[in-house]
Amino acid sequence: MDNTINITLKVWRQRGPKEPGKFETYELKNISTESSFLEMLDVLNEQLVQKHEEPVVFDHDCREGICGMCSLYINGQPHGKDAAVTTCQLHMRRFNDGDTITIEPWRSAGFPIIRDLMVDRTAFDKIMQAGGYVSVNTGGIPDANAIAIAKPIADEAMDAASCIGCGACVAACKNGSAMLFVSAKVSQLALLPQGKVEAAKRVKAMIAKMDELGFGNCTNTGACEAECPKSVSISNIARLNREYLCAKFKD
Amino acid sequence: MWLTNSSVGRKLVMSISGIFLVLFLTFHMSMNLVAIISADAYNAVCGFLGSNWYAVAGTAVLVAGVLVHFVMAAVLTAQNKNARPVKYEVSSKTDVEWSSKNMFVLGLVIIGILCFHLIHFWAKMMLPELIGSEDMIKETAAIVAQSGLECKEVEATQNGAALIRFTFSQWWVCLIYLAWLCALWFHLTHGIWSALHTVGMNNKVWMSRIKCISMIFATIICLGFAAVVVFGYCSNL
Ligand code: HEM
Ligand code: SF4
Ligand code: FES
Repeated sequence: MDNTINITLKVWRQRGPKEPGKFETYELKNISTESSFLEMLDVLNEQLVQKHEEPVVFDHDCREGICGMCSLYINGQPHGKDAAVTTCQLHMRRFNDGDTITIEPWRSAGFPIIRDLMVDRTAFDKIMQAGGYVSVNTGGIPDANAIAIAKPIADEAMDAASCIGCGACVAACKNGSAMLFVSAKVSQLALLPQGKVEAAKRVKAMIAKMDELGFGNCTNTGACEAECPKSVSISNIARLNREYLCAKFKD
Repeated sequence: MWLTNSSVGRKLVMSISGIFLVLFLTFHMSMNLVAIISADAYNAVCGFLGSNWYAVAGTAVLVAGVLVHFVMAAVLTAQNKNARPVKYEVSSKTDVEWSSKNMFVLGLVIIGILCFHLIHFWAKMMLPELIGSEDMIKETAAIVAQSGLECKEVEATQNGAALIRFTFSQWWVCLIYLAWLCALWFHLTHGIWSALHTVGMNNKVWMSRIKCISMIFATIICLGFAAVVVFGYCSNL
């Protein structure tokens, strides 16, 4: 077969949150370029199991780019070098025969390592619990024309809502800032009438939680936007700043 | 206090102090351009500022602005380092503006050479008058005499034009000033749009516009200053 490649993997192995970790090197032969990155890791794990070694632990679920679980930092980029994809959507045809691929977990004070490549992202859930919701029942799907919302606004809200909470923005940011995630979650509600009622309270609570959990301060480098699998725009961060500053100045 | 306790508050402090410094630079650059047009006019501006109370008050506010900006930059940079306790093995391959990753280092270069600059001018103009040191005033007078600039008689400490001519007579001083302006240019190409973004004055449409404005503004400021350096050097030839 001509569509296969031999690769070397350097994978972060760490048995538990408090254990020291280190890189292990694995040689993989005859990996189909048709396979996805995660299928390649499945092949690795099967080989490890056959050798009675511990398989590499990594997060994954849907394998179709919608759940946001597959958090791998591949050769210096979250989700690898392709733009606007998750790791599960990355294919081995993007690599060459003989490549060495370094795979690391997300590195952030807010995302402690659970094991190997798997990190604890409940920090994002905590930020959501702090205010990322509308606390009244807004009923079923309203009639399309009942509350008129301009198309550009609806589009922006939908674009913000496409965030899958993967954490790539934090992983990519040199400051370990979670602003892109928080800005998407604030924007998707702040743009719509249902979310406006609690907007000021929400933005203050979510930012306070974000700061408390150890994420860094945004310096507008834009790395988050470049690595976001859903191409969430940093213009949401400007909106987040605006919402927050307005809320604070009103107090 | 939310301005120091929250991340967005700290960013606001960075942004406002940064914009204040940019406004000062704009004024300073415009004022310097006068030196190219007429030495006498420039000295008149220097005389107007001198060590009058408003110039001293302005200087104090400026020092406060630089301190706030610098201290907050140091705090932010340290906190951001802590947000990633374990570094990545492979350094980031994400394509971002070079300046945006190096704001603190650029700031250090700016503040470092700023001290050099203060020795050349402030310590020869406002400082001797402030502390009333006869020796320092004599020293300034000696430099003014040495510069060989022909202009209307003014007090030595207000003869900015002569100091410009003298300072930039050495080529290596000019090079240091130009390097300083390069660092400033990089700092401002990111800084100006970032400051606007931080205060929330940005959206999808304006993103490319404010980046463009930032680029143009930074270039005008730096070229304006550089013109005076080059002018000072050439006037000695
Ligand atoms: C002439 C002097 C300076 C001017 C005009 C200036 C201007 C600015 C502006 C406009 C910003 C953008 C603020 C924002 O992103 O919200 C900024 C950011 C920054 N400045 Fe300066 N600055 C100067 C000197 C310095 C110095 C001396 C330092 C200290 C080392 C420094 C360090 C920083 C850092 C680290 C940032 C990034 C912070 C961030 O984006 O959150 N700057 N500067
Ligand atoms: S903003 Fe993008 S990178 Fe960040 S969590 Fe959401 S989908 Fe992931
Ligand atoms: S596994 Fe669900 S997005 Fe990759």
